[in-house]
This record gives sequence, structure tokens and C-alpha cells, in this order.
Amino acid sequence: MSASDPTNQGLRAWLLTDTPTSRGHARLAAWYQGWLSFRANPMTMIGFVILLILVFIAAFAPWLAPHDPFAQDLAARLQPPGSENYILGSDSLGRDILSRLMYGSRITLYIVTLVVIIAPVAGLLVGTIAGYAGGWADVVLMRITDIFLAFPRLVLALAFVAALGAGIENAVLAISLTAWPPYARISRAETLTIRHSDFIHAVRLQGAGPLCIITRHIWPLCISSLVVRVTLDMAGIILAAAGLGFLGLGAQPPSPEWGAMISEGRRFILDHWWVATMPGLAIFTVSLAFNLLGDGLRDVLDPKEGSN
Amino acid sequence: MGKGRRQSPFLPALYKGGKTLATIAVTMLGLLFVTFFIGRVMPVDPVLSIVGERATKEIYDAAFLELGLDKPLIVQFYYYLRDVVQGDFGTSLRTGFPVSGDLIRVFPATMELATLGTLIGVILGVPLGVLAAVKRGTWIDQLARVIALIGYSMPIFWLGLIGLLVLYGILGWVGGPGRLDIYYEDIVPTVTGMILIDSALDGNWDIFQNAISHIILPASLLGYYSLAYISRMTRSFMLEQMSAEYVITARVKGLSEREVIWNHVFSNIKVQLITVIALSYAGLLEGSVLTEIIFAWPGIGSYITTSLLSADMNAVMGGTVVVGLVFVCLNIFSDLLYKFFDPRAQ
Repeated sequence: MSASDPTNQGLRAWLLTDTPTSRGHARLAAWYQGWLSFRANPMTMIGFVILLILVFIAAFAPWLAPHDPFAQDLAARLQPPGSENYILGSDSLGRDILSRLMYGSRITLYIVTLVVIIAPVAGLLVGTIAGYAGGWADVVLMRITDIFLAFPRLVLALAFVAALGAGIENAVLAISLTAWPPYARISRAETLTIRHSDFIHAVRLQGAGPLCIITRHIWPLCISSLVVRVTLDMAGIILAAAGLGFLGLGAQPPSPEWGAMISEGRRFILDHWWVATMPGLAIFTVSLAFNLLGDGLRDVLDPKEGSN
Repeated sequence: MGKGRRQSPFLPALYKGGKTLATIAVTMLGLLFVTFFIGRVMPVDPVLSIVGERATKEIYDAAFLELGLDKPLIVQFYYYLRDVVQGDFGTSLRTGFPVSGDLIRVFPATMELATLGTLIGVILGVPLGVLAAVKRGTWIDQLARVIALIGYSMPIFWLGLIGLLVLYGILGWVGGPGRLDIYYEDIVPTVTGMILIDSALDGNWDIFQNAISHIILPASLLGYYSLAYISRMTRSFMLEQMSAEYVITARVKGLSEREVIWNHVFSNIKVQLITVIALSYAGLLEGSVLTEIIFAWPGIGSYITTSLLSADMNAVMGGTVVVGLVFVCLNIFSDLLYKFFDPRAQ
């Protein structure tokens, strides 16, 4: 630490230096510069802030929600937005739509998080093994990847959920099953470019085995392209989950999943537009936020594909 | 191979062609296997759904044997494969007709919708992408980006519902769900199965107009998605080309900006663009599932979904295989096109 100048300005200069003094310093500086270019883009920041709010709402839903999301009040059914007690209106069973949306954000985040953990990890495994092993393993693994890529994603997810049974966990599995192939492709491509580089040879000469090379030297280099792709895919995951919920194949009633809420509201749409409209707006806002964030992250993490 | 390559220029081409065919075959085989597998793990007893709940043990066993369910899974898969190759997907439990006949009946509806959607996407998306690239960094570029981002982020079934509510329910500007008003149905003789073409062939312009009023909203929605994708891709292809040196040469030669953009830059991205359009078309064929349900459009998407909800596995498997086949073919088609027209890819 160059603690010679402890002021804020000094910290900034220290973070922006071209000549880092240690590995940690270099990493911090890179993070800070990434953050600066990330922050410079207002659209990205909008997406970022929306998602922060979403996480906040999901975390504190029980304290923030004005009503119990499951409590029915048949006397106050189908109240329009802006009516007393019901800011966004109430649904056909007199449940408060705002509270349901708030609790629904938990389901959305739950699904997205699980898919984002499962699919890229599976793709990373398949892709790096295929790329590093080469030969038959590569041919077989990539052929399997192509088969899954050839499937129409929503149809495949539909069929899987039908086979496994409707429910959130199965929807997560189905979406993951359709989402991993692009990650495998990306990781394989990255692995192929890294595999023959000098530093890998050096590591191998030091006695590192394939497992060590893949996990400690190849994976870290695949991460940034995967992260970009994941952020750009998150909106698609949300839309797919909502679509499954809408078809009645995702979260089951009375769960306040946003897609299922649209499906419930569909029956009343002509006279009571808000029941289906509000959850749709929520889905749109969140997936737009993910897209804005992904766009900005791509510029920061992946300069060669950026739109600069 | 080395010898053959020197002797004749045809052998490598043959080899490549054979390799492509083998790739298609393996992919299709995998596709069939996955669908078959899904069909088998479905928690539905295929025997019960044929013989009914009250069948005697003898009838049940006879049907069980007839379906070949006593054989190992791999043998069952072989039988399934043999039937599928002959175009036999079994009988749909829901409609009572052979699945292949059902698919031939519903497929044109989806194709009509997806084709019109792609047309809208291309006609609006390509110029938007070119404009965004040429006016890069200006408000036009930002606007194009926002339009595309909104397209990527919109739940299509919700937009469809709102569109129906506003444009059909409140304003009455477009036709409602379905392909035609009910009293127009089954009048035009079926030639292609696409009502717009059939009614035009028949010279029945009333029905043509009615069909347009019904298809315009779902097709525009799909078109919007396709536009979002196509405009972004067009923009990045254009930018890539515009930084090439021949553009400077063309400008130095004194060509007008319009000539540089359209005659030089744009003609260089045509092939890439066609592959993108083919991919987007394939995407729409699939993406129409939710749209078809909202608009009660009797296409392959709603066929698969309704079959799924009534546990009609033959229909689901058949539908999935057909969509997958079209998907694979379009992918390979765009790939070949690329290799064929773009000397750089060889």
C-alpha cells in the first residue's frame, strides 16, 4: 500500500496507476477502472439500480408488503389501482397485487439464481473437458451440445416439465437443460485458444496435471466471457420462467409467480386490465434491467466485442 | 484423403458433403432419442390411455405387448425410429388422427405467421441497423438500441394480451384471436394451408382482408422480436465493415456516402445477414408457441402445448421432432449458404 497520501485523491491515483506494485494492487486497479467505465454509462446504471431495488424488495418482502400475499378478501375483489389500501389493485380473490408482486420477486430471483448456477457450470465442465481433451471426447461432447442447441428451447423446456411434472424446481431444471449448450461452446472456444499457450506449457512442465490445469488455469480465464453471456441470458431466463408459469407448468397457484399471475388475470382482462398488466410490467422491468446491465458489462469485461 | 485431394477436386467436396449429411443424421438421431426418452419418462401409462381404466388384465397385457413395451428400451427406440423414418408418428390420443396428418394440417399456420413476422422484422430491422451504424453514437443509434432492448425484454405473451385488449377489445382495429372470423372459416379451398395465399389464389379478397386483420397483430409482435435481433446484428456487421480500408478507398475515389454505404459496405454484409435472417426465422417458428396460445392460432406451437396438457405424448413427440427438424435444417442451410457465398469462410 502506498500510504504516503491517505487522502481520497491519493487513493484514486493509487487505483488508477499504470504501474501496480503487487498482484492485489493490479487486480484492485482493474476492478476500479472497470467500475468507472461501468458507471459512466447511464443506461447500465439504471439497470443496476433497478436490480438493487429488486433484491432489496425480495429480501425484505415480509416487511415491505402492505398485505399478506395469500390473504383473500372477497369483499374487496378486483379493486382498481389507486383504490384505498390497494395501490396496484387487487385480483379476483381480493389479494393485494402489489404484495403478490413483492413476494413474486423472490420466486423470480430464486429461479434466475438457480439456473445461473446450474447452466454455466454444466457448460463450463463440458466445454473445458471437450476443448482440453480433444479427440473423441471433443467430438462426442460437442455433438451432444449441438443436439441440444438444435432443439427449440421453449419446446424442449415444455416437454421436460411435462415429463418431470409442473413446479418451480422442475422449471429450473428444464430451463437449465436448454440453457447450457452456448456456455459449453464458449468455454470450449476459450479453452482451445488457451490450451497451447506458453504459460500452460510452463505449468505443465512444473508438473501440473490436467485437473489442476483446467480448474486453476483454464477456468479463471473462461469466467469473464461466461459472466457476460450469463448476464445477457438472464432476461431470457426470466422470460422463459414466466412463460412456463403462464402455461401453468411453472410455479403452481396460489404462488405469486409473475407469469402465473398474468395467466390468472387473463380471464378478466377485458374489464379488469390491471390484474394481468401489473405482473407483466414487473417482468418487463426486471428483464430490461438485466439486459441493460448485460450490455454495460459486455463493454467493461469484453472490450473486443463491445459497442464502443 | 491426401491422395484423392490431389487427383480430383471433387473428392474433398464429396467428403465435406458426406460429413455434413452425417452431422445432420447424428443430430437428428440425438433429437429423436431425447424426445423418445422424454416420452418414456412421462408419468403417463401409454397402455392405460389406449385401453382405458376399466380394461381387463388380458386386454391390458395384449396392448402392452402390441406396443412393444416388454422389449428393452433400445429395441423400443429402434421401433420408434423405424416408424418415424416412414413418417409415422403414431396416433394422437386427443384428436384421434395420425399425428403426421395433424402436423401437416397445423404447420402451414405457424409458417404463415413466422414468415410474415420475419418479413416485418427484415423490412424494418435491416434499415434500422444500417441507420444506427451510420449515425453511430447519435440519438438515432441510442433509439435503435432502446427499441431492440425493449424487444429483448418484453414477455411476448403479455404484450400479445395487452395488444389484444387495446387494439381488438377497445379500439377494434384488428381481428380477434384465430385466423379468420368464424363465418369465414372453411370457405376457401385448402391448397397450401396458408390462408393468405389460399384466399388470394381463390380470388376471395373479403377473406384475404379478414385474414390480414387477424394475422397482423401476432405477426407484428413476432416481427418486433425479429427486428430487435436483426437490427442489432446488422449494426455490428456494418460497423465491422465500415472500419475496413476499402471504405476509405471508396471515399477517396469520390463516391457519395450513399454509394459507399449501400453499394460497398452493405453488399459485403449480405451473406452474414441472410444467415442471421435464417436463424431468426427458426427462432420465430419456435417462439410462436406462446403467441399462438394467446391468439388461439391453430399452429404447431399450440398443437404441442395443448397435446402436452392433455398428456398426448405421441403428438408432443411428433411436434417436437418436426420443429427440431426444421430448426436443424435452417441452421445447416444458413451454414451452407455462408460457406457457399463467402469465399473467406472456406
